[in-house]
Amino acid sequence: MNCTALSLTQLSGRLAEKALSSVEATEACLRRVEQVDPKVKSFIRVDRDGALRAAQASDARRAAGKTVGVLDGVPVALKDMLLTEGLETTAGSKILRGFIPPYDATVVRLLREAGAPILGKLNQDEFAMGSSTESSAFGPTHNPWDLSRTPGGSSGGSAAAVAAQLCFGALGTDTGGSIRQPAAMTNTVGVKPTYGRVSRYGVIAYASSFDQVGPITRTVADAAAMLQVLARHDARDATSHRVDAPDYSQGLEGGVRGLRIGVPKEYFGDGLDSEVGEAVQRAAKVFEKLGATLTDISLPHTRYALATYYVLAPAEASSNLARYDGIRYGHRAQGIKSLKDLYATTRSEGFGPEVKRRIMLGTYALSAGYYDAYYRKAQQVRTLVQRDFQSAFQNVDVVLSPTSPVPAFRLGEKTQSPLAMYLMDVLTLPCNLAGLPGVSVPCGFTRGGLPMGLQLLGRPFDEAGLLQAARAFEREHDFSSRWPPLTRDARADC
Amino acid sequence: MPIADFQPVIGLEVHAQLLTESKIFSGASTGFGAEPNLHTTEVCLGLPGALPVLNEKVVHMAVRAGLALNCQIRLHSVWARKHYFYPDLPKGYQITQYEEPICEHGNLVFPFGDTEKSVRILRIHMEEDAGKNIHQGAQSLVDLNRAGTPLLEIVSEPDLRSADEAAEYLKALRDILVYLGVNDGNLEEGSFRCDANVSVMKKGATEFGTRVELKNLNSFRFVKQAIDYEIARQVELVEGGGKVEQETRLFDTQRGETRAMRGKEDARDYRYFPDPDLPPLVLEPAFVDGIKATLPELPLAKVRRYVDVLGLSEYDARLLTADKALAAFFESALAHYGDAKKLANWCLGELSRQVNEKGVALTQVKVTPVQLAGLLQAIDGKTVSNNAAKEVFGAMFESGRDAQSVIAEKGLGQVSDTGAIEAVVNDILARHPAEVAQYKAGKVQVFGFFVGQVMRAMKGKGNPQTVNELLKAKLKLTRAF
Repeated sequence: MNCTALSLTQLSGRLAEKALSSVEATEACLRRVEQVDPKVKSFIRVDRDGALRAAQASDARRAAGKTVGVLDGVPVALKDMLLTEGLETTAGSKILRGFIPPYDATVVRLLREAGAPILGKLNQDEFAMGSSTESSAFGPTHNPWDLSRTPGGSSGGSAAAVAAQLCFGALGTDTGGSIRQPAAMTNTVGVKPTYGRVSRYGVIAYASSFDQVGPITRTVADAAAMLQVLARHDARDATSHRVDAPDYSQGLEGGVRGLRIGVPKEYFGDGLDSEVGEAVQRAAKVFEKLGATLTDISLPHTRYALATYYVLAPAEASSNLARYDGIRYGHRAQGIKSLKDLYATTRSEGFGPEVKRRIMLGTYALSAGYYDAYYRKAQQVRTLVQRDFQSAFQNVDVVLSPTSPVPAFRLGEKTQSPLAMYLMDVLTLPCNLAGLPGVSVPCGFTRGGLPMGLQLLGRPFDEAGLLQAARAFEREHDFSSRWPPLTRDARADC
Repeated sequence: MPIADFQPVIGLEVHAQLLTESKIFSGASTGFGAEPNLHTTEVCLGLPGALPVLNEKVVHMAVRAGLALNCQIRLHSVWARKHYFYPDLPKGYQITQYEEPICEHGNLVFPFGDTEKSVRILRIHMEEDAGKNIHQGAQSLVDLNRAGTPLLEIVSEPDLRSADEAAEYLKALRDILVYLGVNDGNLEEGSFRCDANVSVMKKGATEFGTRVELKNLNSFRFVKQAIDYEIARQVELVEGGGKVEQETRLFDTQRGETRAMRGKEDARDYRYFPDPDLPPLVLEPAFVDGIKATLPELPLAKVRRYVDVLGLSEYDARLLTADKALAAFFESALAHYGDAKKLANWCLGELSRQVNEKGVALTQVKVTPVQLAGLLQAIDGKTVSNNAAKEVFGAMFESGRDAQSVIAEKGLGQVSDTGAIEAVVNDILARHPAEVAQYKAGKVQVFGFFVGQVMRAMKGKGNPQTVNELLKAKLKLTRAF
């Protein structure tokens, strides 16, 4: 059989039954990476030895009756934004080539403590700036469902690896939609937790007031299992939420009877692909059939969200990326003549065009004389977007919308137009502006066979409610049992 | 127009390192003098993914300083990032406070000549220090041990009117911070640093002149020198029909002059914005009240109390309070010995002399305030003479033993036993019949000779009053023979 087609929770069960060992599962993943990933290009670094060592340790724990939870022995992989001690971490950028972190990100430590072997680092847009994984210094990742298309971004490597059965779950980061949008484009489940729910310590910063780490998996239960491990208070992150998470598996099968679902009209406007719009409307009917009530709602400041985001996120990025100066680590320009030259040349050589564009945008927005008109004004609009959601959540429990306005687009299709690319996040980034939790769950395929996803947004720290709703929908169809054609060609029996 | 027709206007910005054990946003040590880059964590090094977590002791000290300087404490203050590129600034920005600092609207009253002067404090904020660049020939090295050391920046209003005033303000400010235990007051080592904003205007003018920022003022003498030089330079410039440029000037300690460092056109745009990694700092009123309740008496209040309540001279009061440890020693001894003047004399005399001679810190000396009080009681109780007490104190200072035990061991106890003294007096008078005859003949100056002889015979331990009385009585008697 092909064990890599199992879901994370299924594999966990097989490991518990000792029908399979962690080493066998890990070796199967590594074989598939060798066979499939030359086409998909989701991994930028494979840590075969580290993963196998962790798998052996897991098997030894199991033999001794000392397993440490659902993820024990389950091979996973990480977006390259997450620092891994002793394993090169680059954020998909040339400027961090050769950087070997001396410490693990908190989320990485938590995964290791949970016993999950880490297969390696996954491709992404450079510093998570992009919506297609094409701005990576390592070249683009291809969508397993159609290799001529992008898997979305910026966590495109994470989504593609999960969809191509290269790992049983992956971590991504989401600043404006970077977990949910690629999940929607690859028939996977993506969770962007509430701001503060998951530690940012050791996560390379793009826009600190937006960034959150979350799982990309094949099923909702898988996402709940991974999030369970990550959602803890971390004293090393001053923005970390102080209360530990509830048990996400508890109410997962509880259904949606009585759930009040808001459908915001602003999310079904211009630029929305008609097939995507129809799929989400069909999904709404499914929720209704399951006992939820649908309400049309308005989030009136949605139209300003994109502009607001593209002032604030670049402003923070321009500051966060100031540390990449060639002095202490990473790329340093050679043959320089002065300190100024060292900075200018190192950064000119090390950063790609999209990163430079955002650094310039952000620097401008924070400049003397422009701060009030851009940064301060954008902060005020951010508050208005938050208030939109606050008032909506007085009457509804979750908000339903498409995740991405379009299915996966072709590689190169939008690289010449930054604005067209930015519009890919138009439905996901209001959630980040408001710091809310969001889930993307598969909701069907286009006539051309491309995956589509729907998005559920919830109240702060109501990840449990979102997962429960997503699970109720998932149970009604078989999307998650469908696989990209290329997975059928691979032989990775175990 | 002579310089006297101009009014200098001066404001000071002080950076004071806080005496915390660990850094402001990481657990790394603030210890001085370690091997370069030893006292660093991923936070100090500005590694990717590292996040700042506030050291609450810093807030505690900032509030203490703010309250001592009569500031309003903001219950909601905000951390900001200040951006510039320099190798000793690992993140490319400094975490500081900008729009909403923790303390505002204070003032500092300090003695100036025969009066007191009040200077308004504009603001006090918390921030992190940078590291150090070390230049070795063509190479530059970076040491980040200091990066992240907590600082208070204390900004005065432009209320100072002369270099002397500025220096006195600075001394008073330093004394207060040292008293509060938040700073070690060391200008030379850079843990208390000062920049000065200096301008001049014609007397009677209502608008300030263009100000110049002076840097590198790392001693009180340099502060005075640099400001005086700068005042003269600006006056000369204006008198010659020139204009003062808004610029930053560096004080050259070798030449005793200021020279231009960077002009207004090079002024950096720091692009301040609220640090998204650190939530706004919210304080409970009870937290501030708690600190207020434990605030120590400050130097100026102490001087007033010493003069008004204890009856010390202004001069002695200033000397005693100038050193927090000395004042503390004085006050704990005072709890056991009531004569403040005599105690002050001993503290400023023998105690200070021994401390200076032996080169030990007052906080490290073996002798305790209670022991000093005991010695003074022994003097008053006539168990030891004033002169012998100095020797006794020397031994107490060395050994940390009680006065009584030193007196007993050294045999320095004063003899007040009339019988014992009488025997010596009789013996001396008997051995010097010629001098007795002289005295009897009316040469009363010889009396001093007898006293000296008796005291020498008693090795200085005879109670002088008893010796006097007995001698007088005996001489009268002999005269009657």
